Amino acid sequence: MDYIDYYKILGINKDASQKEIRIAYRKLARKYHPDLNPNDKEAERKFKEVNEANEVLSHPENKKKYDQYGKDWKHAEHFEKTRQQQRQQRQRQSFHDTGEPFGESDFSDFFESMFGGARQGRQQVRFRGQDLRAELHLNLQDVYTTHKRTLTVNNKNIRITIQAGVVHGQEIKIKGHGGSGINGGPHGDLYIKFIIENHTSFKRHNNDLHTTVNLDLYIAVLGGETTIDTLDGKVKIKVKPETQNNTKVKLKGKGFPVYKKEGEFGDLYITYLIKLPTNLSNKEKELFLELSKLR
Amino acid sequence: MTEQNIISISTFCSKYEVPESFIHSLRKYQLLEVIEREGEAFIRVSHLQWVEKMMRLHYELDINMEGLDAISNLLQQIWKLQQENQDLKEKLTLYE
Repeated sequence: MDYIDYYKILGINKDASQKEIRIAYRKLARKYHPDLNPNDKEAERKFKEVNEANEVLSHPENKKKYDQYGKDWKHAEHFEKTRQQQRQQRQRQSFHDTGEPFGESDFSDFFESMFGGARQGRQQVRFRGQDLRAELHLNLQDVYTTHKRTLTVNNKNIRITIQAGVVHGQEIKIKGHGGSGINGGPHGDLYIKFIIENHTSFKRHNNDLHTTVNLDLYIAVLGGETTIDTLDGKVKIKVKPETQNNTKVKLKGKGFPVYKKEGEFGDLYITYLIKLPTNLSNKEKELFLELSKLR
Repeated sequence: MTEQNIISISTFCSKYEVPESFIHSLRKYQLLEVIEREGEAFIRVSHLQWVEKMMRLHYELDINMEGLDAISNLLQQIWKLQQENQDLKEKLTLYE
């Protein structure tokens, strides 16, 4: 466990007054607050550091202990053990527990080792629980249809509906399923980010799908029908005569479902890749030669 | 619009323990749409997340209304740029 220099984190000197600590904290909190830095994990990490530094330095008793034992936290643990023993003795004598419960925290091991579960001198302020973030990995095929799924978060089962058409990186909020509030504050929210892995032959761009289809030379030249795979099953399509290599055709409404718009779909774009025959027989060679003489 | 989609400002403020003047200030700075119905003011449930965010910035970080207004504009720009970035990344995968 590394020593954490809370003064350095807040950019202040050891002799900083409570007012200076408060100003430094507010300034950094405004810089790194998650509401002001959407989707920025680094800012979130720094915000937690700044909060922890403020938690220690803005409470005189915590600050005193940190100043006294900070660089040698093992002694602080010893100090803490002795203090706890003394407190337990007092409790046995008075049959009175004055300790405050400490809710879920988001503090470093260093903080926990020094200040344990009891935040000294803390006011009974209600704090909203921490927002939790989770990632849910799904296959592209999974999000082609609306379906329900049960997730286990913090040992609790949550059943959510995954709407067809969710996009990679999209986040949904499940209100009240985050961390517990402190001192009776409301629960935080749970944010689920969808990570969509694509193991299909389709490439997705917004609601459209793109794919490449091999086309037989004779169908390309003479026209005809070919059967292609879509995410919704097989589809038979007509191919125009004299279709060129890399021709792109659009199948309207055969793309990906539009999020939260039931019955609406993007388009499917097919690029034809014309396959030339190989291992020609003598007869075929003769016929190709004959054809070439006609041009 | 159904009743489930809106919440009265008085209910919201008593639940969140914020003065109603805060919501009216957001409205004054055009940071929130307020719906008047039969003499009572409401906000959309879909805007609650946004109001919570403005509350955190105002009460936890001491940002005044002018600051919230500026932040609101900058956040819109960040989201737009992030969306553009995501779209371009997806487009790029089509060529990879």
